[in-house]
Amino acid sequence: MIDTTTDIRAGERAPLVLAHTGYHDVTEKVAGIVENKAPKWWLPAFLAAGGLATVCGGMICYLIATGVGVWGLNHPVGWAWDITNFVFWVGIGHAGTLISAILFLLRQKWRTSINRAAEAMTLFAVACAGIFPGIHVGRVWRAYYLAPIPNSNGIWPNFRSPLLWDVFAVGSYATVSLMFWYVGLIPDLATMRDRAKGKVRQIAYGFFALGWRGSNRQWRNYEMAYLLLAGLSTPLVLSVHTVVSFDFATSNVPGWHATIFPPYFVAGAVFGGFAMVLNLLIPLRKLFGLHALITNRHLENMAKVILAMCCIIGYAYSMEFFTAWYSGSPFEKFVFFNTRMHGWIAWAFWTMIFCNVVSPQLFWFKRFRQNPYTIFIVALFVNIGMWFERFVIIVSSLSRDFLISSWDQFHPTWVDILTFVGSFGVFLSLFLLFIRFVPMVAMSEVKGVIDVHPKASEPLHSEAMEVVK
Amino acid sequence: MSQFPIGSRATEAMRVAKKQAASAGLYGIMAQFGSADALLHAAETVRDAGYKKFDVYSPFPIHGMDDAMGLKRSLLGWIVLSGGITGLLTAIGLQWYAALFDYPLITAGKPVTGFAAFIPFVPVAFELMILFSAFAAVGGMLMLNGLPAWYHPTLKRDSFARASDDGFFLVIEADDNRFDVDVTKRLLEDHGGRGIELLED
Repeated sequence: MIDTTTDIRAGERAPLVLAHTGYHDVTEKVAGIVENKAPKWWLPAFLAAGGLATVCGGMICYLIATGVGVWGLNHPVGWAWDITNFVFWVGIGHAGTLISAILFLLRQKWRTSINRAAEAMTLFAVACAGIFPGIHVGRVWRAYYLAPIPNSNGIWPNFRSPLLWDVFAVGSYATVSLMFWYVGLIPDLATMRDRAKGKVRQIAYGFFALGWRGSNRQWRNYEMAYLLLAGLSTPLVLSVHTVVSFDFATSNVPGWHATIFPPYFVAGAVFGGFAMVLNLLIPLRKLFGLHALITNRHLENMAKVILAMCCIIGYAYSMEFFTAWYSGSPFEKFVFFNTRMHGWIAWAFWTMIFCNVVSPQLFWFKRFRQNPYTIFIVALFVNIGMWFERFVIIVSSLSRDFLISSWDQFHPTWVDILTFVGSFGVFLSLFLLFIRFVPMVAMSEVKGVIDVHPKASEPLHSEAMEVVK
Repeated sequence: MSQFPIGSRATEAMRVAKKQAASAGLYGIMAQFGSADALLHAAETVRDAGYKKFDVYSPFPIHGMDDAMGLKRSLLGWIVLSGGITGLLTAIGLQWYAALFDYPLITAGKPVTGFAAFIPFVPVAFELMILFSAFAAVGGMLMLNGLPAWYHPTLKRDSFARASDDGFFLVIEADDNRFDVDVTKRLLEDHGGRGIELLED
C-alpha cells in the first residue's frame, strides 16, 4: 500500500486511514494483534522489561529497608532524581490526555488511530510517576499522612500547601484517566468478546465488556459520557501540571519562583509526552504492520505538535532568563547566568537546550518530519531533554540557594540510577501487557471516521463473510 | 372480549397478538442492514410507522441516528452537573472543616477567617469537582444504559457477533404495541432488512 496521506492536494482532505480499509479490515487487523500468537520478539521484550521492573522493585525495597540515605540527596539538595522522575513521568502522561480529550473536543479525527495507545501510555506513565513521591517521603508506611485525615494531635494536612494539592491533582488525574480509558475500551472489549475463542477469553472479555451490545440507545449515552469526560479531562490535565509547577513556583527558591511556570510546565509536558507517544508508536507500527491505520500523516501531525511545543518552551526558557535579569535579584541572576549557563550543572543545561530547542528545529523541513526514522531520533532527544529540564530546574536551584555556606552539588548513587532505569521497566512491561491483551487501536472510533463507500466495499464484504461461513 | 373494557377492536387484536408473542417467549424481530446509511433510513421508517420499542445496533455510533429513532438528548449532562456540584461542595466543606473549623492551623501568616481564607482551597476544590463529575459521567452512563447486564436476547445469536464488527442490525421488540410478527417482518423486509430472525427472550 502506498501512503498518500501526506500529499497535499488542493480542495481535498487527506484520508484518515489508507484507502480500501473497511470495517472488517479494522477489526481483523486490530483484534488480530491480540488474538494471534504473540510475535517472536514479544516474550524476550517482556522478560527484559519485567527484569528491569524487578530491579526497580528491588531498589525500592532496599530504599525502604535502609532509608533515603541510599540516594545521593544531601543538604541543600533534598529533591533530586526522585522529583525529577516524578515530573518527567507525569508530564509524559499529559500527551495521552491531550490526544484523547483536547483533540477530541477540537474534532481532530486523526486522533482515533492513536488515542488508545496514547491513553494507555498516560496510565502507565502516571503509575510510574506515583512511585517516586510515594517512596521519597522516607517513612513509606506513613504515606497515609498524605490523605486528609487528622494525626494523633488532631492536626490535619495543610490544605494551603501545593504538595497536598499535588496529591489531589495527581490522584484525580490517575483516576479520571483510568475511567476515560476504560469507557473508551468498552465497545472494543465487546468486539473481543464476540470474537473470543475459548472459555477463559470469553469470560474475561465478556466480564469487562459489561454486556455492551452497541445499541443506539446505549451509544447515545455513551457518546455523551465520552464528550463530557473529554470536557472534564481537558481542564484537569492543564490543572495537573499547573499544580505540579506550583510545587516549585510557590516557593521563593531562585529559579523556581516564577509566574511563567504553569503554562511553561504544561507545554513541556505535552512536548515530552508526544515524543514518548512517537517513540512507542513508530516501532509498534512497524512491528505490527499498522501502516494503514497509523499513517505518515499521523506521524507528521505529531511532529508538528512537537515543533510548536518546542517553540513555546524555547520562548519560556528565554523568558526565564529575561525575568531573572529584569528582576535585578542577584540570586535569580546567579542561578540563571552562572549556575545553569556555566556552573557545575551547565553540561545538563546545554544538553537540555540542544535536545529541546535545537533538535526539533529539523521538523521545519518536510523531509525530516515525514521520515519515521528522523522523527524517532528527534523524539528520543526530546525525551532526554525533558528529563534534563526537570533535573536542571530542581537541582541547580537547590544546590545554589541564598546561603553560600550551604551550597553543595548533587551526585546520584547507583540506587538513584537503577530506580530510574527500573521505572522504564515498569512502564514498558505494562505497555507490553497492554498490547498483548487489549486492542491497541480504538476500533469503534476508527470505524466511525472511515470513509467506506457504501456501494464499493459493504455488500462485497457481506458476501465474502457469507462465503467464509 | 369482555376482559378488554376499553379500546377499539384493532388495539384489542394487538393486545392479543402481543400476549401470544409473550407467551411464545418472543423478544422481538431482528433484521440486518447493509450499511450505516441503510440502517439510518430503516430506523426512520420504523419510527414513522409508529413503533416505539425498537433499537438499532452498530459497531460505532451513527451520526443522526438519535433523530432517526426519535430519541431525545441524553440526560447524562444533568447527572454530571450534580456530580460536579457535589464534588465542589465536598471539597470546600472538607477544607473548611479541617483547616478553618476543627483545627485552624496558621501557616505562612495566611488568614484563617473571611473570604481570603478560602482562596488556597481553589486547587483541591477544582480537582474534586472534576473527579466527582467524572465518576458521575461513568456511573451515570452505565446506569442509563442498564450496564452491566451480561444477558440480552440479541447476544445469544451468532449472527449478532457482527454488530461489534461490521454488521448493522435493527430489532423491534415484541412488547411494542404495534408489534405483529407478520406485519413487522414485512416492514423490515420491504426496507432492505435481510437475514431476519426471531429473537427468543
